[in-house]
Amino acid sequence: MEYVLPASLNDAIGLLAGAKGNAFVLAGGSDLLVRMKGDFIEPDLIVDIKGIGELAQIVQTADGFTVGSAVPCAVMGENTALRKAWPGVVEAANLIGSKQVQGRCTIAGNLCNASPAADSVPALVAAGARAVIAGPSGKRTIAVEDVPTGPGKTSLAKGEIVEAIVLDKRPSNSGDAYLRFIPRTEMDIAVVSAGVNLTLGADGAVASARVALGAVAATVLLVSEAADAIVGTRLDDTAMEKLAQACSAAASPIDDKRGTVHFRKKVAGVLATRAARIAYERAGGK
Amino acid sequence: MSGIAVSTTINGDDVEFLCQAEETLLEVLRDRLGLTGAKEGCGTGDCGACSVLVDDRLVCSCLVLGAEAEGRNIETIEGMADGDKLHPLQRKFIEHAALQCGICTPGFLIAAKDLLAKNADPTEEEVRFGLAGNLCRCTGYDKIVRAVLDAASEMRGA
Ligand SMILES: Cc1cc2nc3c(=O)[nH]c(=O)nc-3n(C[C@H](O)[C@H](O)[C@H](O)COP(=O)(O)OP(=O)(O)OC[C@H]3O[C@@H](n4cnc5c(N)ncnc54)[C@H](O)[C@@H]3O)c2cc1C
Ligand code: FES
Ligand code: FES
Repeated sequence: MEYVLPASLNDAIGLLAGAKGNAFVLAGGSDLLVRMKGDFIEPDLIVDIKGIGELAQIVQTADGFTVGSAVPCAVMGENTALRKAWPGVVEAANLIGSKQVQGRCTIAGNLCNASPAADSVPALVAAGARAVIAGPSGKRTIAVEDVPTGPGKTSLAKGEIVEAIVLDKRPSNSGDAYLRFIPRTEMDIAVVSAGVNLTLGADGAVASARVALGAVAATVLLVSEAADAIVGTRLDDTAMEKLAQACSAAASPIDDKRGTVHFRKKVAGVLATRAARIAYERAGGK
Repeated sequence: MSGIAVSTTINGDDVEFLCQAEETLLEVLRDRLGLTGAKEGCGTGDCGACSVLVDDRLVCSCLVLGAEAEGRNIETIEGMADGDKLHPLQRKFIEHAALQCGICTPGFLIAAKDLLAKNADPTEEEVRFGLAGNLCRCTGYDKIVRAVLDAASEMRGA
């Protein structure tokens, strides 16, 4: 195996595109090294992207935030402006692993690892985040939900690297939130999770919303019926009931030792209503 | 032996070593440099026994490649005491009997040091959450939490 630390994005792309055997991007390594040591993968080449300056920063622009793909989640949590603008995204990113894992793990790695239970992904999907992808044939920007295509699979072509995750600027009367169900209080894999992002209108009712569910399908689900259930409302009981029903109906989870289908469907609805309530309060709703 | 030549700083000393690309920082510390304080409990990031600081960030050294140490500043448990003078956390761990077999202790001490550097006056809950990445099979955690809280109060007073 070869380890390289390129200083530029173009060098990294060239190395990955020209690699003969199995080549992998290394960001925080909290999935990659575990899989490597467990002999699930045998890399011939590892391209560490942490030496590429522009990937290692969070940039606030007139249009929002660009979170470089080498930025550890701990650094996201320390960024006051980002936390204020996108509290749900940051709380989801900060739920990943322990303090030790936080110092290494990235949201781009969480996305590219393509686990159905990845914590930051439902929050990013709810937020309408986009992935900037750089590759041998140039750059493209796609919705984050279009990156994972199934457990462990992504739409990235050979040589492509997620350069950054982009979060838009949004009106101040907006809020987002992420909740997951785990049997413990820390350090566990989501059995079900929900991310909700909404903006209120001048009348105080929900003007627009996005609801995403994790760990209840092969990829994160964006549930438009759930969003429709709360748009135009102030999250009254009927709207919340409809939201929960839409989420339970959309969920198509597996049965395993961590949760049954019935349990996961039910909890998907419960978590979505709770996350919606928190997002609504963060948006200034009463 | 061929390998990757790495120059780094460990506990304030300049250190150079050769390692293979797949070797972890934990393996380098223990097997090449003789710094056996960091332990391997799991090798998969779950137990925290291998905790070290890399450029002031708490990480599991079992999930860092040795080659990634190039140009970094690494702190391990071996650098915690000042000669024969124990760090307050080390003293309080002994006073409170916060260890039995001791395998988890270096990791807990490094993680607790990082916790107190960021939050000098943590609540019990903050200590428990802050140390959730460190597992102990012997003590039941209570004595560890008490030792950390006591060390924090002494360090604030000093
Ligand atoms: C102890 C422990 C606890 C964990 N707890 C959680 C948890 O609570 N929730 C959770 O969701 N996950 C958890 N994880 C999994 C993991 O930490 C996350 O998925 C993390 O976000 C991965 O990010 P990384 O930067 O470490 O990725 P890496 O391991 O560096 O990479 C992951 C995969 O994505 C690819 N990749 C990485 N970056 C890019 C890029 N920019 N472009 C293209 N491909 C890329 C890599 O090649 C690799 O295949 C845990 C892991 C450990 C070890
Ligand atoms: S040995 Fe590194 S976390 Fe267990
Ligand atoms: S003292 Fe034995 S594992 Fe903690």
